[in-house]
Amino acid sequence: MTEATIDMTTTALPKTNTVTSGGREEFAHTISGTIGKPYLDGKDAKFFCRGVNVFYAGEKQAIFDVNMDIGKNEVIAMIGPSGCGKSTFLRCLNRMNDTIPGCRVTGDLKLDGEDIHDREQDPVLLRARVGMVFQKPNPFPKSIYDNVAYGPRLHGLAANRSELDEIVESSLRKAGLFNEVKDRLQAPGTGLSGGQQQRLCIARTIAVSPEVILMDEPTSALDPIATATIEELIDELRASFTICIVTHSMQQAARISQRTAYFHLGYLVELNDTKTVFTNPQHQLTENYITGRFG
Amino acid sequence: MSTTTERVKATLGKRYAREKRFRFYGLASIALSILFLVILLADIIGKGYPAFTSTYIKLDVQLDAQTLGVTADSTPEQLRTANYNAVIQNSLNTLIPGVTERKEKKALKDLVSGDAKYELQRMVADDPTLIGTNQSVWVLADDDIDTYYKGNIDRTLPESDRRIKDFQLVWLDKLEADGRIESQFNSIFFTRGDSREPEEAGILSALIGSFYTLLVTLALSFPIGVAAALYLEEFAPKNNFWVDLIEVNINNLAAVPSIVFGLLGLAVFIQLFGVPRSAPLVGGLVLTLMTLPTIIIAARAALRAVPPSIREGALGIGASKTQTVFQNVLPLAMPGILTGTIIGMAQALGETAPLLMIGMIAFIMDVPSSVTSPSTVLPVQIYLWSDSPERAFVERTSAAIMVLLTFLVSMNLLAVILRKRFERRW
Repeated sequence: MTEATIDMTTTALPKTNTVTSGGREEFAHTISGTIGKPYLDGKDAKFFCRGVNVFYAGEKQAIFDVNMDIGKNEVIAMIGPSGCGKSTFLRCLNRMNDTIPGCRVTGDLKLDGEDIHDREQDPVLLRARVGMVFQKPNPFPKSIYDNVAYGPRLHGLAANRSELDEIVESSLRKAGLFNEVKDRLQAPGTGLSGGQQQRLCIARTIAVSPEVILMDEPTSALDPIATATIEELIDELRASFTICIVTHSMQQAARISQRTAYFHLGYLVELNDTKTVFTNPQHQLTENYITGRFG
Repeated sequence: MSTTTERVKATLGKRYAREKRFRFYGLASIALSILFLVILLADIIGKGYPAFTSTYIKLDVQLDAQTLGVTADSTPEQLRTANYNAVIQNSLNTLIPGVTERKEKKALKDLVSGDAKYELQRMVADDPTLIGTNQSVWVLADDDIDTYYKGNIDRTLPESDRRIKDFQLVWLDKLEADGRIESQFNSIFFTRGDSREPEEAGILSALIGSFYTLLVTLALSFPIGVAAALYLEEFAPKNNFWVDLIEVNINNLAAVPSIVFGLLGLAVFIQLFGVPRSAPLVGGLVLTLMTLPTIIIAARAALRAVPPSIREGALGIGASKTQTVFQNVLPLAMPGILTGTIIGMAQALGETAPLLMIGMIAFIMDVPSSVTSPSTVLPVQIYLWSDSPERAFVERTSAAIMVLLTFLVSMNLLAVILRKRFERRW
């Protein structure tokens, strides 16, 4: 745990020495579980997570005993300082961690009651249901049309050309990109601006009609105007999808999410309604983070 | 002024001097390399360019039926074996009358190349009605005559020191005065196989041999190399002892001396599997072994250069691992893989040593017709000719080097163009 301790001290600003933000040992017994309302009592949970641990190669543990529910059609924001495991946790939800050699996930993770990490669970099918948008816009070096059509073609979602055209158009419309690119659908997707590229990636993801969209810092590479467009888009998409978004921007989390989860050094410290987290944080670490004392 | 400024100023001159010195060393080494390259090319081109022309002598031949011993109605077989030597002999006797001495008679006959009679044979075979007519024909001169007209025999030397005797010089002067000597483009060099006579020797058989050999090499090494690279880079477990062992060995194979591959080919492909020796097939197999490490290493580097975000993007939509690799990663890595392949092929084209071990050093006159017919390759042909003492073969050696270099440069150029053309930024 020495590494984690070092991490902790480097992320803490000097002026925070009046505040308790010490090493992991000190911090670990300040929580006896996640503070706030991690479970959706009585309501349907899209994701059901109990006792989730993630280990990287060499038994380095990245996530410690995370318990939470993620509801249908909600935007849940995951915040926390760098290296706190929020992205790692997000990638558990569609098994993207499978691609990292030596990465191991334990615990109970269910999507609509189905075990995600079960041997029987097909990661390809899972990822068709749980789409993902990444930090850096990563359109394929193909035309705009082919970028969006890639998923539907892959999964055979369109019976013919006109159906495919329809899917592409509606996906681009939902991503708020159609009017900007309708005259150049055959132009390369990599030629768009950063914000347009990210919306293209969102269109590419929703073209498969997933149930959940995971977003890993989707606006961190974009300028404020492009960011605002994407934030509006996320709010609209909430009607049809469950959205889990990892963000470094607390303002963004406050603007777009219904619930906010605060991660710290691999622990889920606090999960509550966004409003509560930002106006009345229950845990000292959460308060330190959202008031900008460190992170 | 503060002390820092003064101290920095004091060292500035030294620093700039060091920088200038370093630049000078760099420029000097580049200049030296260019100088050597220019000397090499100038030497090769200077020696080789005369090989692209040949000296021809105009003969007035009487294709009369009696001397030839055939008529226009004879069978092709009879036409082929007709006495063309006598016709040429008669024609030369008319041009240079009064040659009686036996030694001089032989020298007179040797003014023209052995190819002259085949030239007549081809003419008559094409058009038997020529029998009974008189024709003017340009026939190939002997290589000594050719060498003399290219200025490589000095007539001021004492007679005993040169390959052309005084009486021959008299004849040549007479022929030249009659306008019967001419230099023409040497098409034979590009349309014939090897020959004992330098004026009749060409590189076509070696070129075709090289072509077949490279075809076999490409057909085997490209798919195997790309498949191996794809597996190692995309599918093989990381940090696995066996995978690491394979990687180390591939890198080692790239450094194994090529003659060892030749011995391996001899022992395995020829002795064990009974592949015909001297054939492009076995040459291609051996060169495949040599080229594979190059292609695998280049292909792996190209695959590694594809950003992980592309893989994640495809996987995140629900593409399977194989779909991701073949639809998204491989197309992006292709220019790099092709560049590596072309460079590997260029290496294979220039390879000589391993082919000597598997019998591709044989004297091959015929143009090979398939991957199993005996053949030789360009670099081996160069090696064979460089062993011959005749001045005309020295020329042809350099000319063949020029042809080989042309192919190598064009292949490398193609690699550069491919890289530029398909280079993507993301």
